[in-house]
Amino acid sequence: MRRLRAVRQSRRANLILAVVAIGLAALVPFFFAPLSTFMNNAVLALAYVVMALGLNIVVGFAGLLDLGYVAFYAFGSYTVGWLASDFFAYINGGKGVHVIAPQLLSSPAGIHVNFLLIVVVAIVLCAVVGALIGLPTLRLRGDYIAIVTLAFGEIIRVFAFFGDDIRFGKHYLLTNGRQAISPVDQIELPLLHQFDSAFSLRPYYWFALAMVALVLFVNFRLRDSRLGRAWIAIREDEVAAASMGVPLVKTKLLAYATGGALGGMAGAFLGVYYNSVNANQFQFGFSIFILGMIILGGLGSIWGVVIGAVALSFINTYLIPSLNDIPEKFGLDFDFTTLSFGIFGFLIVLMMVLRPEGLLPERRRRLELTEGMGAGDEQLFEVRA
Amino acid sequence: MSAEDAVVRQAPRHPADGGADGTILQASGVSKTFGGLVAVSDVEFAIQRRSIVSIIGPNGAGKTTFFNVLTGLYKPTSGRIEFDGRDVTGARPDKITALGIARTFQNIRLFATMSALENVLVGQHVRMRAGLLGSILRPPWVVTEERSVRERGRDLLAYVGLEPRAFDELAVNLSYGDQRRVEIARALASDPQLLLLDEPTAGMNPQESASLTEFMETLRDDRGLTILLIEHDMQVVMNVSEQITVLDHGEKISEGLPDDVRRDRRVVEAYLGTQGEG
Repeated sequence: MRRLRAVRQSRRANLILAVVAIGLAALVPFFFAPLSTFMNNAVLALAYVVMALGLNIVVGFAGLLDLGYVAFYAFGSYTVGWLASDFFAYINGGKGVHVIAPQLLSSPAGIHVNFLLIVVVAIVLCAVVGALIGLPTLRLRGDYIAIVTLAFGEIIRVFAFFGDDIRFGKHYLLTNGRQAISPVDQIELPLLHQFDSAFSLRPYYWFALAMVALVLFVNFRLRDSRLGRAWIAIREDEVAAASMGVPLVKTKLLAYATGGALGGMAGAFLGVYYNSVNANQFQFGFSIFILGMIILGGLGSIWGVVIGAVALSFINTYLIPSLNDIPEKFGLDFDFTTLSFGIFGFLIVLMMVLRPEGLLPERRRRLELTEGMGAGDEQLFEVRA
Repeated sequence: MSAEDAVVRQAPRHPADGGADGTILQASGVSKTFGGLVAVSDVEFAIQRRSIVSIIGPNGAGKTTFFNVLTGLYKPTSGRIEFDGRDVTGARPDKITALGIARTFQNIRLFATMSALENVLVGQHVRMRAGLLGSILRPPWVVTEERSVRERGRDLLAYVGLEPRAFDELAVNLSYGDQRRVEIARALASDPQLLLLDEPTAGMNPQESASLTEFMETLRDDRGLTILLIEHDMQVVMNVSEQITVLDHGEKISEGLPDDVRRDRRVVEAYLGTQGEG
């Protein structure tokens, strides 16, 4: 009974914390100009929180080190590029295909689908891609999973990069390569005016905040569920988990698919927000950027990941550019911003040495790191997925 | 796939008292080789329902490998395994667990940073239905399911003799004896018909071993379980077993009642070495 109350209390505490945090965050735009740099950076930070919480399911909960998470950013963004621009300009004889399309379009040609539907498509697409990326890793462990996912992320990037050489029929390309697919339709929600980023970033901010709320909800619900426990069990000891009846293939693929779906959602949002989709956005460094967020905050710790994502995002947008003057003073000629991924790498190293469990560690992780617990040391070489 | 799932989802029916006899597990000609190493060689093995039987043998005799083959962690190189009338040769471990075989490990393999209760909840995985959407949306039936597995988890932990205040303790912080208890509770959580115990008394003093022996008999009598154990403690083996199988170098060298096995010359040789040479 006491236990039940404790569980309920901790759930209630999280709920209250979430409501208060999101409520306060919703008020933030009123203190800043609608087009201020801060608003821009805050929108990005929120989108990265969604990304990081998605990756947290794969890496934090299920313990599958994914270094190719940028793939979902790419797929989410390209979903927008394909379905909300004049990229396929020749479709339907140049008249375009419109599905609950927003009122204001740069051009009626091409496919124009309502953003909410695009999000659904991106989620489904990225869930499938996530499962596909997962498939070749099922028989692998630890480092090897990281290598496969890393390669997969690169494959996706290369396809995006040279997508303008991949033709379907006479008029249709896979991507626009290094050139942007732009402009992209701005978001229009039912009953509301269409967003206009030239006029105000506030609607984008609130939309991103709503996504964060949704993803937080999904994270908390999953953590205390049959599936969440199965993920943690696999992370702890795959052999024991399988022997206790946890189907390894299905459970791992669900982790990849869920993580991918959330990444795709954030990717679609970023595609619209940047008003541009091009292959240069999907660098390997982005995967490290997101991974750095969850390492900084604490693997598996939901609130930690939120803090880590916001912190690293603001380090990226404020701290690093502010250092730009320094090299000049020493007679050197380079921008710190060009080194940003190097700086994130350095931060990860620093974190691993000083505080490997993260800023706000999850109880389990701290134990794993301090007591050397965790994955079974004794290997059964033939554990069948 | 779906037909197979349907079979698996069903909780195993416990045999009616009338049909208590009969073979629950039958292994025919089971072999397992790793490269050139023959770990288990052509073993014939059968367990009667509601019996307690043991596998013994010197270190490296292939006992644990045989366990891993039975529970699906290893696929047998050749041979056939039938459980409860079904062919389970080469089936995945989770399918086998769902059909009603549960196990413990020689070196305790609890999920160290989960609480005792959470460990037992994972044990109930195959008896639960909540999937991805169910877990996120948490409709009433999932709430009910979650509540009932937690209740059952606490019942099981109490049944194996864990103090209620230890239920929420992380497994890694439990005493050795309690960890053994939780591992048995976790195995029982999947509602098995056949329980495989891999050296359950390792590291226990004689008193603890005796009470575990008693507990095994309770499990059989109360819950109708069949128990197969690997054991080194001969006192325990001789006391509790209705049948003993002896493995050596992967081969079955003897089988029978405890007294017969004890007198078998080949068994003595396997343990002590051949006499009269040189």
